[in-house]
Amino acid sequence: MTLATGKVGIICCSGEDLPEGTISRVATRLVLEKLRPDQTVTLCLPLFLAGGEDERAFARVFPTIAVDGCSKKCAEAGTKKFSGKPVATILVSEVMKKYPHLKAKSREKLKPQEMELATKVAEEIAKKVDEILCKTAKK
Amino acid sequence: MENHKVVVVPCSGIGKSLGTVGRVATYKVIERMKPKETRTVCLALLTMGDADALKLVRENPCIAVDGCPAQCSKKNIEASMGKLAHIIIVTDVLRKNRSLKPEGVIELNDQGDKLAEIIAKELSKKADEILHKET
Repeated sequence: MTLATGKVGIICCSGEDLPEGTISRVATRLVLEKLRPDQTVTLCLPLFLAGGEDERAFARVFPTIAVDGCSKKCAEAGTKKFSGKPVATILVSEVMKKYPHLKAKSREKLKPQEMELATKVAEEIAKKVDEILCKTAKK
Repeated sequence: MENHKVVVVPCSGIGKSLGTVGRVATYKVIERMKPKETRTVCLALLTMGDADALKLVRENPCIAVDGCPAQCSKKNIEASMGKLAHIIIVTDVLRKNRSLKPEGVIELNDQGDKLAEIIAKELSKKADEILHKET
């Protein structure tokens, strides 16, 4: 199976139990819907286990970026275990260290400050998407 | 059984608004309607076989809330040998409420929120039934 050209797969943890999980999810959707809609695709992480071979081939078809809420790195580990090693990982808790004034407290509806944090994470994902596509184009 | 909580596990459903409906319904229950009787767990942690997550779903009754017929939550709870007590599939509830047109993944529209409210009430009722049976 060969890599698809021009698309990067983004797999986020979605972490239902943690505010950082919601940040990972919203940041991923911001990239898919607004920042890089033509260059990115996604897949639900638990679908690796619940789905079939088509789902598990995801990281073999697309270079992937894992977006994890916490240091347990479920998205990175899950993608590697069930599909293929991600090219990069963005860790929400690490991004938060760069913006100590932005806190993640809500799991449901993000407040303006939390949306700002999600946007910062989304911008880091988008930057990584560009780097990956640039490298792929040079090959 | 003592001090048991019902673990409500929504799917991660990031591709469609119905995944967000299940997620929002879950938060309505665990944060507002039944905060003492219910909780959630990261589904990705279960998928990865995290020891604490496995213990939680094996020792407490679980309700799977799935956005689509792929039923990722249900399948992951079963694969974890969790105590699956009930399943709610958002598409089934939507079929009974055809006038509602949920939209949005980052943020649900009002109709999506109404659907989440309907599901939350069903979840809350089911959690009571499950805990009542256990006592």
